[in-house]
Amino acid sequence: MLTHLRPALSLTLLFTLLTGLAYPLAMTGAAQALFSDAANGSLIERDGTAIGSSLIAQGFAGAGYLQPRASASGWNAAGTGASNLGPTSAALIAQVAERRAAFEALNGAPAPIDAVTASGSGLDPHISPENALAQVSRIAAARNADPAAVRAVIEAAVERPLLGLYGLPVVNVLRTNLALDAALAL
Amino acid sequence: MTFIAYGLYFAALTGLAWALAAAMQRVFDGRLPSGMLRVETALLRGAGVDPARGMTWLGYGMAVLAFNLAGFVLLYTLLRLQGALPLNPDGIGGMSADLAFNTAVSFVTNTNWQAYSGEAQLSYLSQMAGLTVQNFVSAGTGMAVAVAIVRGFVAPKGTTLGNFWLDMMRSVLWILLPLSIVLALFLAAQGVPQTLLGAVTATGVEGGEQIIARGPAAAQIAIKQLGTNGGGFFGVNSAHPFENPTVASNLAQCLSILLIPVSFCFLFGRMAGDRRQGWAIFATMAILFVAGLGVVHAYEVAGNPALGLGENMEGKEQRFGAMLSALWATSTTAASNGAVNAMHDSFMPLSGMVTMVLMQIGEVVFGGVGAGLYGMLLYVVLAVFLAGLMVGRTPEYLGRKIESREVTLAVLAFLSMPLGILVGGAIAATVPQALAAVQDPGPHGLSEILYAYSSATGNNGSAFGGWGAALPWHTTALGVVMLIGRYAIILPMLAIAGSMIRKPKAAATSGTFPTHGPLFVTLLILTVLILGALTFFPVLALGPIAEETARLAGQSF
Repeated sequence: MLTHLRPALSLTLLFTLLTGLAYPLAMTGAAQALFSDAANGSLIERDGTAIGSSLIAQGFAGAGYLQPRASASGWNAAGTGASNLGPTSAALIAQVAERRAAFEALNGAPAPIDAVTASGSGLDPHISPENALAQVSRIAAARNADPAAVRAVIEAAVERPLLGLYGLPVVNVLRTNLALDAALAL
Repeated sequence: MTFIAYGLYFAALTGLAWALAAAMQRVFDGRLPSGMLRVETALLRGAGVDPARGMTWLGYGMAVLAFNLAGFVLLYTLLRLQGALPLNPDGIGGMSADLAFNTAVSFVTNTNWQAYSGEAQLSYLSQMAGLTVQNFVSAGTGMAVAVAIVRGFVAPKGTTLGNFWLDMMRSVLWILLPLSIVLALFLAAQGVPQTLLGAVTATGVEGGEQIIARGPAAAQIAIKQLGTNGGGFFGVNSAHPFENPTVASNLAQCLSILLIPVSFCFLFGRMAGDRRQGWAIFATMAILFVAGLGVVHAYEVAGNPALGLGENMEGKEQRFGAMLSALWATSTTAASNGAVNAMHDSFMPLSGMVTMVLMQIGEVVFGGVGAGLYGMLLYVVLAVFLAGLMVGRTPEYLGRKIESREVTLAVLAFLSMPLGILVGGAIAATVPQALAAVQDPGPHGLSEILYAYSSATGNNGSAFGGWGAALPWHTTALGVVMLIGRYAIILPMLAIAGSMIRKPKAAATSGTFPTHGPLFVTLLILTVLILGALTFFPVLALGPIAEETARLAGQSF
């Protein structure tokens, strides 16, 4: 074991320099040079200040906006978390029933499954197109707009599964809400 | 459509792994350009190593232990002192002793169990110079050990298994590092942050303030997947949109989790000089994988009627849905990776059970980089022995006799799984200060304990996340079972290799039991299921199976 002491220590040091400093710093340099927006968190700025990241959900309370999926951590992007409640959890079943009642009272439409369940990250930036379309009449009423105009903004925002095979169709909540603001006065 | 999607994925995976295996054989044989050989020789000589000197199984094992001990000491120190060290823009303090012990063991043993939350408890320096380094070298250790063990089975009669320092350096420099660079840049392009800037404070559309943590994530996530490490940069791991922003990033990471473990099957066939031997191991693992995937996919897509119509979306991300979450969950638990893109705690009871079984059988369905192959070789020794008993001949594998020493050592290594999971889990289920970790009442609570100890012993690292892993009892106990799950398998397997390589190789005769056909694959699958899965069936009946039965009867807890 003692004969291995010198290689163990010197190679640990070597790999710390190589894989722990040189590699991540080189990747930082390359990523910043090649795609700095993505490498800095895909931030969306307005008048020079960040209003959020297109990849990170933020809460929306106003009736004129699409609402994101539920977050067990309150859309805290510095301390993420999920409910982690099991499939037979009475607490989970009660939470879901409560969310369903609230969604249906607010929107007057049946709630799709993604509207009543909390996401894995607590920061899911997307909702399903069905979820988004169920919110159209409420948004249109809050904006005094034609529901068809709201629907058009949402339909233009739908992203399809990769190659038609992988993933579910999604609507990005923050980007779509900004598109609604741009298209229709609040 | 589902079949096309899975078919394309598996075709891509097998093709890439097949090609990588050829490259890996060149690397481990040292058939490299002279410039690369000069670099590795110079670095090794600088560290006082003569790369030409072979090591016996014991020497190899001691080198592994010395290297991992040095890594542990450095990482532990770094975590304790991070508050006073640079590259800490968010001002994060030092870690407590028990949590730093747990984290250091976790990353050195390639488990990457996370009892902490990265964005809240680790400085950028700890993430980079601490965790990323162990992501590389713990994977490199597993690969080196696997190559040494395979040499014991296939190399001509001799005494030495190779040089650990050389094998480990080649794994890191010429396999893990180049692949990580490619993957890191792809992930950064997809939206995974790679920045030294601290968290950004955004003022939301409705005026609320949101602090958005970021950091040098892409580089670490690349090696976390390729090295079957699995420790996330952020607390919610690959479900976090910054770790895994798109379906493309998800597929690339999911492929990366299985890439090197699958390559090891083909590398084994190449090193054995009989590729059919590699295909037989691959077929065994693939059949078990597809069977597990089928269950998880079916249950997650069918969803939870107690929550409403549709897929089981609690704890899942909308961009992935049930299918990509099922594929990931099966891959990450089969491959001893442990990264998650959906919360396993909220999976349906029997999907959760499949992920547990994949860990409990010892992470041998592709398994950890290198570790999966030598774990499966453990079952091969036992399967060949059982076949020998059945036909009344001395068992042989690849021309060498399997005798009582090898079988004893294999059983010893096998026992580390029930020791860590059943003994560790039983204590955790009875001691009050350990029981406080359980979140869900009813049978799901037992599943949470079982999952944790299966994950730690299997060196997987994923969790039923509602369970309170940060309790000092568990940070310590899980640290111990992680060590058992790693070294109580590595050392006996190296000893088997050291014993095999001393035996003469006999030519196959008409009486030799062939180890490459469907009969052997069937026998090997049965050995894995009977020995591995049945050991844990009684406790699984009290956890996930009881939960499923209760669920079907409309009961909640």
